[in-house]
Amino acid sequence: MSTATRTDAPPRGGTLGDSARRPDAGPKVQGRFSFSSDAWATNMLWGATLRSTHAHARIVAVDVSAALAINGVSCVLTADDVPGLPTYGLIDADQPVFARDVVRYVGEPIAAVAADHPETCRRALEAIRVEYEPLPALTDPLRAADPATAPIHPRGNVLRHQRIRRGDPDATGPIVVEGTYEIGMQDQAFLGLEAALAMPDDDGAGLELYVATQWLHEDRKQIAACLALDPERVRLTLGGVGGAFGAREDISLQVHCALLCLRTRRPIKMQYGREESFLGHVHRHPARIWMRHHAERDGTLVKVEAKFWLDGGAYASTSSAVLINAITHAQGPYRCEHAVVDGWALRTNNPPCGAMRGFGVVQACFAHESQMDRVAAAAGLDPVEVRLRNAMHTGDRLITGQVVDSVAPVERCIRETAEIPLPAPLAPGADPLDLPGGSGLAAEQSRVRRGVGWGVSIKNLMYSEGFDDSSTARVQLSGGIATLEFATAEVGQGFLVLAQQIARTVLGVDRVVLAPIRTYVGSAGSTSASRQTWMSGGAVDGACRIARERLFEAVGEEHGIDPIRLAIDGTDVVDTAGTLRVPVAEATNARTFTGEFEHHHRPTGELDADGQGDCHVAFAFVAHRAVVDVDLDLGLVKVVQVATAQDVGRVLNPLAALGQLEGGIAQGLGLAVMEEIVLQDGRMRNPTFTDYLLPTSLDAPEVVARFVEEPEPMAPLGAKGIGEPPCISVTPAIVAAIRAATGRDLVRVPVRPQDVCL
Amino acid sequence: MSYTLRINGEDRVVQDATISESLLFVLRERLGLPGTKGACEQGECGSCTVVMDGEAVCSCLVLAAGAIGADVRTIEAVSPAGEYNAVQEAFIAEGGVQCGFCTPGLVVAVQHLLDRTPDPSDLEIKEAISGNICRCTGYGRVFAAVRAARDARRAGAT
Amino acid sequence: MTTTGVVVVADSLDEALEAAARHPDAVLLQGGTDVMVEVNIHHRRPGAYVALRRVAELRRWHVDEEARTVTIGAGVPYGDMEREPLRGLVPALAEAARTVGSPQIRAAGSLGGNLGTCSPAGDALPVLSALDAIVHLRSREGSRDVAVHDFMRGVKRNDRRPGEIITAVTLPLLRGWQGYAKVGVRNAMVISAASACLAWDRDAGAVRVALGAVGPTVIRCREAEAWLAGAADLRGAAVPAATATEFGRRVGLEARPIDDHRSTAAYRRHAVAVLAERLLRRGGGGA
Repeated sequence: MSTATRTDAPPRGGTLGDSARRPDAGPKVQGRFSFSSDAWATNMLWGATLRSTHAHARIVAVDVSAALAINGVSCVLTADDVPGLPTYGLIDADQPVFARDVVRYVGEPIAAVAADHPETCRRALEAIRVEYEPLPALTDPLRAADPATAPIHPRGNVLRHQRIRRGDPDATGPIVVEGTYEIGMQDQAFLGLEAALAMPDDDGAGLELYVATQWLHEDRKQIAACLALDPERVRLTLGGVGGAFGAREDISLQVHCALLCLRTRRPIKMQYGREESFLGHVHRHPARIWMRHHAERDGTLVKVEAKFWLDGGAYASTSSAVLINAITHAQGPYRCEHAVVDGWALRTNNPPCGAMRGFGVVQACFAHESQMDRVAAAAGLDPVEVRLRNAMHTGDRLITGQVVDSVAPVERCIRETAEIPLPAPLAPGADPLDLPGGSGLAAEQSRVRRGVGWGVSIKNLMYSEGFDDSSTARVQLSGGIATLEFATAEVGQGFLVLAQQIARTVLGVDRVVLAPIRTYVGSAGSTSASRQTWMSGGAVDGACRIARERLFEAVGEEHGIDPIRLAIDGTDVVDTAGTLRVPVAEATNARTFTGEFEHHHRPTGELDADGQGDCHVAFAFVAHRAVVDVDLDLGLVKVVQVATAQDVGRVLNPLAALGQLEGGIAQGLGLAVMEEIVLQDGRMRNPTFTDYLLPTSLDAPEVVARFVEEPEPMAPLGAKGIGEPPCISVTPAIVAAIRAATGRDLVRVPVRPQDVCL
Repeated sequence: MSYTLRINGEDRVVQDATISESLLFVLRERLGLPGTKGACEQGECGSCTVVMDGEAVCSCLVLAAGAIGADVRTIEAVSPAGEYNAVQEAFIAEGGVQCGFCTPGLVVAVQHLLDRTPDPSDLEIKEAISGNICRCTGYGRVFAAVRAARDARRAGAT
Repeated sequence: MTTTGVVVVADSLDEALEAAARHPDAVLLQGGTDVMVEVNIHHRRPGAYVALRRVAELRRWHVDEEARTVTIGAGVPYGDMEREPLRGLVPALAEAARTVGSPQIRAAGSLGGNLGTCSPAGDALPVLSALDAIVHLRSREGSRDVAVHDFMRGVKRNDRRPGEIITAVTLPLLRGWQGYAKVGVRNAMVISAASACLAWDRDAGAVRVALGAVGPTVIRCREAEAWLAGAADLRGAAVPAATATEFGRRVGLEARPIDDHRSTAAYRRHAVAVLAERLLRRGGGGA
């Protein structure tokens, strides 16, 4: 019987280490996967948001009567209609659900409407009369840092200041190089726009929300507080998520949608258009960074000095955490004993900024890698040599005093990247599509120069500063089928397939059923900070191990074998010291083994007044080498190749991992040469895909990637998070390559054509 | 207003529509065909690609009521549920899918490319999908998928 | 909700003209790639549309061998201009067409739409200007031909009258090199930061240049053209390199660019100078 079962068993769907197929890929290629924007209910109404047209203004009056009079409009809500906490926020709840007396950025919500058609909603929004009394807009973060500037919020204009002092503040060396760098405002620009469907409970005192988010439980906490509801009455189910990259960590339309639902007792669907999406979610912090490096004659770093000014926009979001990430990574993946670093996250009347892939480290890395090239030039070293000479190793300390006890193969990342062959030079008479500017035919091959540049980075994994971002998972094992339940947001990164791979590996099953992702199980924390493979992977692994232990106990009892001798071999339970071999399907026939596990990472601490403390959990490293072609006269850039070797701990799914590396590189490329929200007096000039440019298939470089596999002992599966590192040091690598091609001293990203050729 | 559109070989009646609705809106919100996605509303992302009278176009820029008489094919008509054609199979096998929001538009665009140009070069592939923005993959696995689909079709798959 | 409105899907030019006459405020919809952006993003709410997609007369083109011209229907999609045989007839137009949006946009967009919208960044417009195109318009009352320079009145303003439909554009078939170049920050699907078309008319001994996205409408660089005609023999011998450079500089002076979120005035002026010089060299100048 057991043999028959084994013969009939389907081919294994892929265990850890395989390029297993994603369970969501089939529905996605057929258009049958349900994204949050695809949710639909009979009798539903549409919701829409009225937003401020001023960067800073007093609200004198809001008159919604004309909107209410429109046929098809069900309700209009303003600040007066928020029953609970009037504000929300991830760290500080300072962002109003609806602005009441004052608006602090263009796009701040003032009211929401529910109506029978999106077009009716639009007419209703136009009919709401808001009387503003404009106030001076504070849009320069450096002015916000000035104590003499009037506060634009009761909590002041400095969202956070933190300093780091380590070693001798007067230490110096024969080489001193400095620069001031600027990073523009990047948008996550996920394709699947914000969308949610709220369904009221029959008694009208609770609701179910289908929403695309990164963190269901945190959303629930904030929504329930604003609605003055017991969190149990706010149930969230993850709607299909069309990308996130940090932009779905904060609340956008969740509270508005829930309020409209409770008020109308009707299902409410809300979805943003692209322009509203730009206004409705947080962005990457624009930054100004001054750095001065002191080094020995041979290029060995002595001291880093830095000042960071991050523009947090009107509300706090995660600015304080982004700031700490930025300044604690100021040294890069290099040893440096002495440090004098200050950072400010500032409140302005610009759009709020928060999480985006890389979370503060992107900004720091552009500055420190630009500086490393200056050190190299001053020491007469090439960019690889200066980095190898200073490369951090396990056991070295950060400028916070924290010992880097993670596996730290910085040197290996650099060396393996350097081994990747450079691309062939442009052949004479190259196809115009291979030249900068592509089919625009602007480039002249004789005026195209090639450049090579380097970037190396360190990135913390998981949350920092004492935050316990644990994750919970449950498993049921029965009849050879494992059913997993967790609240981990699948945003495209591939956690679903990883969870299946873990269960197949640990439990010896082929079929792994995934329960809907919702708040019926404990929090998984956010899908951010490169943390889900480690945290939720660890939770699934832990839950499966518990179930397996129970299975072994049962099998051991039946066969009179000490369970400690039992193991999983393929899809069988085997006795490692005997001959017993029972298929898992048979051993779990007509009975169920369960496991639930809450996975915590080791505790972290706060930083003291001098920025000293073990505030981070673990670190990952990566090296990038970029090759670009630049048209010298027009300043057009084509990124030809990006070579990379990334410290991943262990590869759990090679295809998925490669996809993360390539995707991150494209986003870093975007920041390097094209992506920027352009603001004028706090107003976005380009909130559309015509003018906010994302890399296309003709902008994508050849990516040659190598995984550096040195399993991380602290990580449950030996694997480090891999989501963020790919997009961090590729940006400075590309800019360094443009500098190498042109000789220009480029200090801001994105690099614009006029920066290169004028 | 009410009118009839020819969608995936069937006449579909659109009832009580407003005048300026796009084909994308009508497909998704009125005809129960949400497979076609929208991400920019202005023809700059390709997520809403459908084939109309034999040409791949952005359905967000097609006035639905102006599409009377046109033959419209959407992602839903590419293959029956649970069955994948060569393009779809390649996107799954080669890792061309992450969040998947761009995927239906890409599948339609690639299918259209290979129907018209069975043996495209790498540059032809890149140019043909240059209007389909993907934010997740960086296109590497997408290119791999298109090449695999091209090769599979040449070898006789559908 | 209820709205009143009319959508006429015309099956012939006569039907379209009839509809346009009956609804003089109707929006004429060719490929929809401009109008629907206005509708979707800017919430423009036309009360009536006349859809021209099915009007076969607008989707034809023909060559007049005697007059040495090609007349391209206002609804011929850019995708057709990119490919032979139109590509061989008007190479600069093919190059411009290939830079319009994405393949999906090029399958729908057309000259009628580009002229109807009359954006300074309209990709085909510098070509029409450099080639001294004639725009054909028809209404129920009759037809008229307008020089493209007179047709383009300003930023999104043109000479089309209510009830008129742009039916076609006539371009000369020139002996001599012609080309187009466009600068944008991305390597595909990018709106123009600056563009230029140069057409060398060997028979007339003239080089004509028009610029896009560097003024309220397309700019024809007549002063630089005249200077070049005086500085070099454009019927035969090659133009010296220094002359090509000076020509580019003079073209740049005729631009009237602005600073906006897409680029700066200084870069745009510089870019069109570089493009003009390069185009002239590609045509055989600066040898």
